[in-house]
Amino acid sequence: MVGLTGFATRAGTLAALRTPETLMSAVTTPVSRPSETRPASPAASAWSRWANAHRKWLFAAPAMVFVAVLIIFPVAWTGYLSLTDAEGSVRAESEFIGFQNYLEVLSDTDRFWPAVWRTILFTGVVLLVEVVLGMAIALLLWRPFRGEKWVRVAILMPLVATPVAVGMMWRLIFDPNIGMANQMLSWFGIGPQPWLAGQNSALPTTMFIDIWQWTPMVVLILLAGLTSLSDEPQEAALIDGASTWQRFRHVTLPLLMPTVIVAILLRGIDALKTFDILYATKGRGGGSFHEVETLNVYAYGLSFDYNDYGVSSTVLIIFFLIIIGVMWALTYRKKGLER
Amino acid sequence: MKPSRPFKVFRAVALAVVVFSLVAPLLWMVAASFKTNVDIYDTGKAFAFSPTPDNYDTVLQQANYVQFIGNSLWVALAATVFSLILGVPAAYSMSRFNMKKSALVVLMARVIPGVSLLVPWYYVFSNLQMVGGYTVLILSHMFVSLPLVVYIMMGYFDGLPTELEEAALVDGLTHIGAFRRITLPLSVPGVATAGILSFIFSWNNFMFALVLSGADTKTLPVAIFDFIGYASIDWGGLMAAATVVTLPIMLIALFVQKYIVSGLTAGATKG
Repeated sequence: MVGLTGFATRAGTLAALRTPETLMSAVTTPVSRPSETRPASPAASAWSRWANAHRKWLFAAPAMVFVAVLIIFPVAWTGYLSLTDAEGSVRAESEFIGFQNYLEVLSDTDRFWPAVWRTILFTGVVLLVEVVLGMAIALLLWRPFRGEKWVRVAILMPLVATPVAVGMMWRLIFDPNIGMANQMLSWFGIGPQPWLAGQNSALPTTMFIDIWQWTPMVVLILLAGLTSLSDEPQEAALIDGASTWQRFRHVTLPLLMPTVIVAILLRGIDALKTFDILYATKGRGGGSFHEVETLNVYAYGLSFDYNDYGVSSTVLIIFFLIIIGVMWALTYRKKGLER
Repeated sequence: MKPSRPFKVFRAVALAVVVFSLVAPLLWMVAASFKTNVDIYDTGKAFAFSPTPDNYDTVLQQANYVQFIGNSLWVALAATVFSLILGVPAAYSMSRFNMKKSALVVLMARVIPGVSLLVPWYYVFSNLQMVGGYTVLILSHMFVSLPLVVYIMMGYFDGLPTELEEAALVDGLTHIGAFRRITLPLSVPGVATAGILSFIFSWNNFMFALVLSGADTKTLPVAIFDFIGYASIDWGGLMAAATVVTLPIMLIALFVQKYIVSGLTAGATKG
């Protein structure tokens, strides 16, 4: 149980609170021998014996069947659809056309490659800012102080807010004519900016919204990691005369690195798949010039605006492979760190 | 290690800035929901306005939001309950029998882009004439909540000592009996964490309902779009609608903060 999660420790204390009571009931409730407790019908005890012997799969199977039916089968079907020319009505006949969609998509420099580029840019920028900012805030919150509770509550608020509502909220604040953002700029003598309405400023603005909403997630994860670190290495470095920066750079950061990778992994997967904020702020197709059209938005549009299921599936399979690739690379890196 | 005085001052200022940047936009949204559209368009009245509940009247009376609140509640609750029923025993098995590969299959769901599931679901369910019904919505939301439940509960069961179960077995309980009468009561905090998070994620979910819900079954995040017309936006109504969606969740978060944090960071510091 070395390096137990902050979660498990905290939850563990909660569990410990309940233990005496449960223990008492376990002690005081007379539990007689199996032969006495179950003189029921032989069939019932046979079922009970069978259930107990097979409990591993009896417990796990329902969830796994659900996952298989609702997730693995659809993914497999997406793979099949990507090799057909399915489009229009869902009841329409479709033909097997091999890898033609893949050739078409991979040579599409009009919509597909810009979407790939936007996805990478969006994910890269928000990840970098969220991790740096999240680390800074987590370090500030690390040691206890008065009013800590209220800061933690404030950090939680953007995190639980509905992303679509968050998108709408920022839409009002960033409105070029009536928004608070431009009004605040005017106090500093800066002219109005187009924000979400601008062809070049829309993507950075959506990145800002994502950073606003999800940096708290990184803070919480890194804070859990920091809390689980022991004080000894810190104190040793202090005695050796290390400066604050040196202690962070050479003691805290290396020890925290596995947690940082987890934060990057969790946030990275979600950032790649960002949809709600983009759809709420720019609508279908990522705006009239596709300013914020990432792979996920593009695939959604192909499926449900154009009903072009074959091509859409092709985009999704490529997208899926990118996500798996990124995850694999990060998990690999994390394993290397732990060795 | 006592923090130095200059650091304390710096920390206080920095955290004040952080708290302000996180909370002010949300307060702005709530404030705008109490303004008339005339006041919203008049930037001079940003802070000095006379609050009016008219927008909430529009949202709850004319825009049929009472029904959409009901839809959101029903879908989120049902998805959470079914996910717990399926997920808790599965997580127990996966934790106790160390079923790493099976767990990976369930957790894959966290990685797959939702659109890639929507296309086949849409295909199948529209052929079954089920698109627009609650069943499809609940099933699709379970896709988000079930892996979450399994993930959180696996971490919880991993941290729960096996000694109590073993003692129960010695006392004559069966394995399933020990799970039901010893482990499950001990897991109430974990189940609460998983349940709360599953509810929040389902309540906030947008994409599945966008495709799979009908005019009568749409959930709140989809219904927000009713306030965006082709030509103009009813800003007051939109902000009131956004507040109606977000406020309940934020209030829940206020009271069960501990559970949400532990759920969100579950497994983050594990090897």
